[in-house]
Amino acid sequence: MADSFDDAVRAHDNAQYVLRLYVSGMTPRSTRAVENVRKVCEEYLAGRYELEVVDIYQQPSLARDRQIIAAPTLIKEMPLPLRRIIGDLSSTERVLIGLDIRQA
Amino acid sequence: MSDSNPGRASLSKAPTGIAGLDEITHGGLPAGRPTLIAGGPGSGKTLLGISFLVHGALHHGEPGVLMSFEENAEELAADVASLGFDLDALVGQKKLFIDYVQIERSEIEETGDYDLDGLFVRLEHAIRSVGAKRVVLDTLEALFSGLQNEAILRAELRRLFRWLRDRNLTVLVTGEKGEASLTRYGIEEYVSDAVIQLDHRIHEQISTRRIRVVKYRGSHHGTNEYPFLIGADGVNVLPVTSLLLEHAAFEERVSTGLPSLDKMLGGEGYYRGSTVLVSGTAGTGKTTVAAHFAQATCRRGQRCLYFLFEESPRQMMRNMRSAGIELESYLEQGLLQFHADRPARHGLENHLLMMHQAIERFRPDTVVLDPMTNLLAIGTRLDVQSMLTRMIDHLKVQGVTALFTSLTGASADIEVTQTGISSLVDTWIRLSLEERQRRLERWIYVLKSRGMAHSDEVRYFRIGAAGVEILPPEATDRRLQA
Repeated sequence: MADSFDDAVRAHDNAQYVLRLYVSGMTPRSTRAVENVRKVCEEYLAGRYELEVVDIYQQPSLARDRQIIAAPTLIKEMPLPLRRIIGDLSSTERVLIGLDIRQA
Repeated sequence: MSDSNPGRASLSKAPTGIAGLDEITHGGLPAGRPTLIAGGPGSGKTLLGISFLVHGALHHGEPGVLMSFEENAEELAADVASLGFDLDALVGQKKLFIDYVQIERSEIEETGDYDLDGLFVRLEHAIRSVGAKRVVLDTLEALFSGLQNEAILRAELRRLFRWLRDRNLTVLVTGEKGEASLTRYGIEEYVSDAVIQLDHRIHEQISTRRIRVVKYRGSHHGTNEYPFLIGADGVNVLPVTSLLLEHAAFEERVSTGLPSLDKMLGGEGYYRGSTVLVSGTAGTGKTTVAAHFAQATCRRGQRCLYFLFEESPRQMMRNMRSAGIELESYLEQGLLQFHADRPARHGLENHLLMMHQAIERFRPDTVVLDPMTNLLAIGTRLDVQSMLTRMIDHLKVQGVTALFTSLTGASADIEVTQTGISSLVDTWIRLSLEERQRRLERWIYVLKSRGMAHSDEVRYFRIGAAGVEILPPEATDRRLQA
């Protein structure tokens, strides 16, 4: 029981992160969000993350497909469960909780 | 008052296709502006919204966008398929765009500043895809349960409505009924042009739906609560065609089916489009008088719609056959149609609505309600009066001649008088039974008949193998002297 739990924790620690950040144009808020998410990734997920920034103005049908309401929205596609973090990601603490890197 | 303001006077409207609603609003929703539809769960908001879009797409060349926050496209299509709305076909023809906005609270974490550009981008994309002129947002309030930052939300809603207005879109926004306010989250704050309220009440196990135009800036509108029905063909509001008594008065006359009774009514019978009341105690022959009228209608090749509230059509036709009135063949020819139902099953409003729908479908020349008194039993006095007034007005405008029978009990005639029905009636014929020399004798007289020189005689009549036989005055006199 304990072993499998430890395994799970280790697996989680090594999990590959697939993140997509949806922004609407290159506004100061968008830029802020991009900087904030890059910082968190480099600090906590170095070497095991994939981050794509999508401008929904350029690809409006993606907003529908990915159920985007707010901008910016960061979606953690992997590992599951899927999470959405909306806002300029100014609180690192909340971003970490949202990405399941830290417990609430 | 606002007629001096050209902008207001020329306010254009977007018809909803819901006949009664377009009448109450004098043409539909304000074109190019948002309207709020507020109501509780199951009050018919979504259906009303979809009807509005389908009607615009099919009949006004106005494609639409449905942004649904509660049901996805499949669920919506299934909901309205039974009403004959084929949403998939409209989507295929690029007349409709459906975007299902799913908000999963448990997935969402909020940190810092954001806006609702996602929603704006989707809306813009949807509107562009079909060239939409109409937009339904059902229901925007789902945002409040999905997102936490109410300050951002409210600022964004304000921006959204400004955005929609700038694009000249006719928008219908639904909102969930609130405890103290019109909607739970006060959406009415952002939609100041028109507000419509839907209500769904269940009283004594009978469900009643009502609609009310709370506000309509720059336009006259009916202010009452109007009953509406969600039936097999969608939303139906009982129309209020001519509360102004503006219907035409017909000169044309319509036979009662009884030459002797025609004679008592100035020689030619009822006026076309008039309302006739035949009242009497049980067993006086009211249905027989009504059946003569129905038969005469069909004999002229016209259509009669007969509402039966107490008997089955078979039973009624059998009874009439014994009085020499043959109706079956007209039923087969499609000139006669029966609607037999007990009003108490549905409630007054619903019943009148169903009657109205039957009238719309069959387009009769004459209508019989037998007995009308059954309607009185199921509503409050004011309700009945206003509902019957509307029904009668509607028939008058269409030039349909209506005959109501009324069962007179110890106090029912007084009831008819009190409910104001008597003032709605143009011709009132009274039947009575009297016991004379150990025999029951029937009497008939015309209590009133507007616009004609009618007989003031009380005449003796019989019901025999040839139906009602009104005896000539001499015979009546002989009887009385006997």
